[in-house]
Amino acid sequence: MSDMTQTGPVLAADGTPLKRSLARALRMQKMRALALIAPLLLFVLLTFILPIADMLFRSVENSIVTDTLPRTTVAVQAYDADSGEAPSEAMFDALAYDLVVAAERKEHTRVGSRLNYENAGISSIFRKAGRSMDDMGEIYLDQFVDLDKAWKEPETFVALFADPDWAAEAGGDDESRFAYSDTAAEVLPGATDAYAAWARTIQDQDGDSPTKEKPWAPIYMALYKDLVQNPDAPAAFGGDTAALLSAAVTAIQAPEWQTMSTREAFAEIDKDWLDPEVWRTIKTYSGKYTNGYFLNAADFQKGPNGPELRPELERIYGTLFLRTMIMSMAITVSCIVLGYPVAWILANLPSRTANVLMILVLLPFWTSLLVRTSAWKVMLQQQGVINDVLVWLGIVADDARLVMINNQFGTIVAMTHILLPFMILPMYSVMQTINPSYLRAAKSLGATNWTAFWRVYFPQSVPGIGAGSILVFILAIGYYITPELVGGTKGVFISNRIAFHISQSLNWGLAAALGTILLVVVLLLYWAYDKIVGIDNVKLG
Amino acid sequence: MADASKSDAFVEFERVQKSYDGETLVVKDLNLTMPKGEFLTMLGPSGSGKTTCLMMLAGFETATHGDIRLGGTSINNIPPHKRGIGMVFQNYALFPHMTIAENLSFPLEVRKLGKSEREAKVKRALDMVEMGSFGGRRPSQLSGGQQQRVALARALVFEPELVLMDEPLGALDKQLREKMQFEITRLAHDLGITVVYVTHDQTEALTMSDRVAVFNDGRIQQLAPPDQLYEEPSNSFVAQFIGENNTLEGTVKEISGGRALVQLDDGELITATPVNVSEAGQRTRVSIRPERVEYNKDRLQEGVHTLKAEVLEFIYMGDIFRTRLRVAGNDEFIIKTRNAPDQTRLQPGQQIEIGWLPEDCRALDA
Repeated sequence: MSDMTQTGPVLAADGTPLKRSLARALRMQKMRALALIAPLLLFVLLTFILPIADMLFRSVENSIVTDTLPRTTVAVQAYDADSGEAPSEAMFDALAYDLVVAAERKEHTRVGSRLNYENAGISSIFRKAGRSMDDMGEIYLDQFVDLDKAWKEPETFVALFADPDWAAEAGGDDESRFAYSDTAAEVLPGATDAYAAWARTIQDQDGDSPTKEKPWAPIYMALYKDLVQNPDAPAAFGGDTAALLSAAVTAIQAPEWQTMSTREAFAEIDKDWLDPEVWRTIKTYSGKYTNGYFLNAADFQKGPNGPELRPELERIYGTLFLRTMIMSMAITVSCIVLGYPVAWILANLPSRTANVLMILVLLPFWTSLLVRTSAWKVMLQQQGVINDVLVWLGIVADDARLVMINNQFGTIVAMTHILLPFMILPMYSVMQTINPSYLRAAKSLGATNWTAFWRVYFPQSVPGIGAGSILVFILAIGYYITPELVGGTKGVFISNRIAFHISQSLNWGLAAALGTILLVVVLLLYWAYDKIVGIDNVKLG
Repeated sequence: MADASKSDAFVEFERVQKSYDGETLVVKDLNLTMPKGEFLTMLGPSGSGKTTCLMMLAGFETATHGDIRLGGTSINNIPPHKRGIGMVFQNYALFPHMTIAENLSFPLEVRKLGKSEREAKVKRALDMVEMGSFGGRRPSQLSGGQQQRVALARALVFEPELVLMDEPLGALDKQLREKMQFEITRLAHDLGITVVYVTHDQTEALTMSDRVAVFNDGRIQQLAPPDQLYEEPSNSFVAQFIGENNTLEGTVKEISGGRALVQLDDGELITATPVNVSEAGQRTRVSIRPERVEYNKDRLQEGVHTLKAEVLEFIYMGDIFRTRLRVAGNDEFIIKTRNAPDQTRLQPGQQIEIGWLPEDCRALDA
């Protein structure tokens, strides 16, 4: 502030604070800049950032278990699989109510598949149970109907469970979603819950109305159990409903009333339902979020005492990650070794010749990746060109042809070839900027050709090597098609496993976890590179 | 000095030729002998072959024909790093990934000097160019002039006897350039090194050198000390290239007693000193320096031949006046007069008479 008398903020000519004036003047510019990048920003957001975020989220998301089995996941919390006791009747009841809805919604197989990732075999018992759910509690249905024909009528249940306001309007074409009455929820909680779930399911799935459909057997089972618990329930209702309920309570208390065990019923469907491990799995994965996919991706599993390493034979991802790293590094190194001289020659030739040679470097880009990889199959296989030549020259015996494909060697050779241009191009553009007078200066100062190169030229070309290496390494680490085609079993990468989980085992959560780990590893390496070499040292030209 | 005896010849070019494409010669039959301690400048327009000569001496280009000798031994087959010649490049060529001290240490390291000795020499060299406190910086952190000094120090740090400089001051502004010209000559003189300096700036050449070799068309046109070069150009290219020059074309009428009588194309007769004209009837270009032309009758020497002239333009340049005249049909005849108190300012359109001493008027090749 040059004006000594002025003590406040600097003012613009019109008296507004200069800062505000400046901000206003810059706002327009900023808006324009934003408008220019908006299409790309939107595109990247929609096609890149959002899918990645979704994928990352899938690696921890586990709501399918709680969403599909809400009652079971609550009931199972009290259960301790290590205690050795059998799963309780209440847990099976909850499972029955959940599964009948899930089966109607055809979701029981999905939750079965989900839990099957963690405990092989669960999928089939869920499928079997889903098929038998309609019959669950049929014994109660028959007895209620024998007691009074009114128990067969949908209206009886509407009167019993439905909210009077809802019931008054129900039955029309645009029926609102089922609402239960507070009275019923209070005195007959289990049955109300089961009925409401059923009512909403038939509304959602088939467009039917609870006022016209006969309830399923499990609702009778729930009603029976509620009435056993609360014999005073009829008092809360009035009219016909109270009479019906009272009659039912009386009948239930009679010795000839027949009961069944839900547990027995499930055991009959499949005796594995009694296995504590099944229930442990359900309990373990009853949270909305899980670290299970990540544990899995790191060769861990959830044991009774927290995460534990999987048995030796089941560990695959650690090996795969390590192999992916090491082979990507090998590919990067061989790209540097092969690419450096080429880039050097390109940078030091007259530009006309360099342009012709540059076309040769770029030529691989113009052929299909698949064609190039297949060409390597032709070259490298045991009856292939290279082996034939070696045998013909007598270097290799006919019965000892080299195995060069479907192993790590094949993958490294083919991928080095494919990624080489990504190494050459940044190195070339950096080398082009190195003035030849540096080499001359070094020589005039007494350095031999080698010293001049190693002490003066090479350090200046390092940014190009850095850029090329980052490019090649990051491309290699996520490469899929080439290892798939020429890698055999020993030469596949983690990405092949991710693809397998995406398209074949459909375990997207695990695929997402593996992908997330890969992303983190790459970011870590990038960070380490920045710390050691410095990212400012990377030049693409 | 031009005929320095073979015994104290330090750098010698003998019948050197150079061709890049096998069709044209960039350097044609170059012969040059330099004694030790001389500051020689190669001056010439671009493409005249001066840089090629320097590169051949440094070893980055090989001579197509002929012999280049350093200290009496032929260096044609010695690679550049064994020649022990210091070199300052046009763009300085300081290694950007090394500090200033490392840059200077480099030639000492490749010569396998010990650490303490290296440090001492680097320090001395940096102090010499007044850059002692900059050893830890990178070249990119220095200004052009500072980089220039470092480049100089680096070329001198391993104590070469011969230093080559390829337009080292080309990238500097005028003031800095003048300062560095002085510094370089001072250093060269103090250290007693032999310098071959390439430039296309004639002022630089004249102020710095012991001798100047004017290159054109692959040949040395004249090799002489600066004053001789300016005052006694041996052909019309040199006369044109060095300083400002007036030329009048004509035919030699007669040569006798160290004087040539030249009839200008408009019929006027003038006397001139014959330089490379030998007989009557030859076409010639007469050259007169603008500051040697006099128009004030009182100052003209008696018996001097005068020519009529018409003032076309008067330019005030501060220390001097520059006046453009029409003389003998030449509209570009320039005279320069000192801005002295008694000097008259000529007006355009004014008719005057001009004259000069016959010694200042040289009859050169046409």
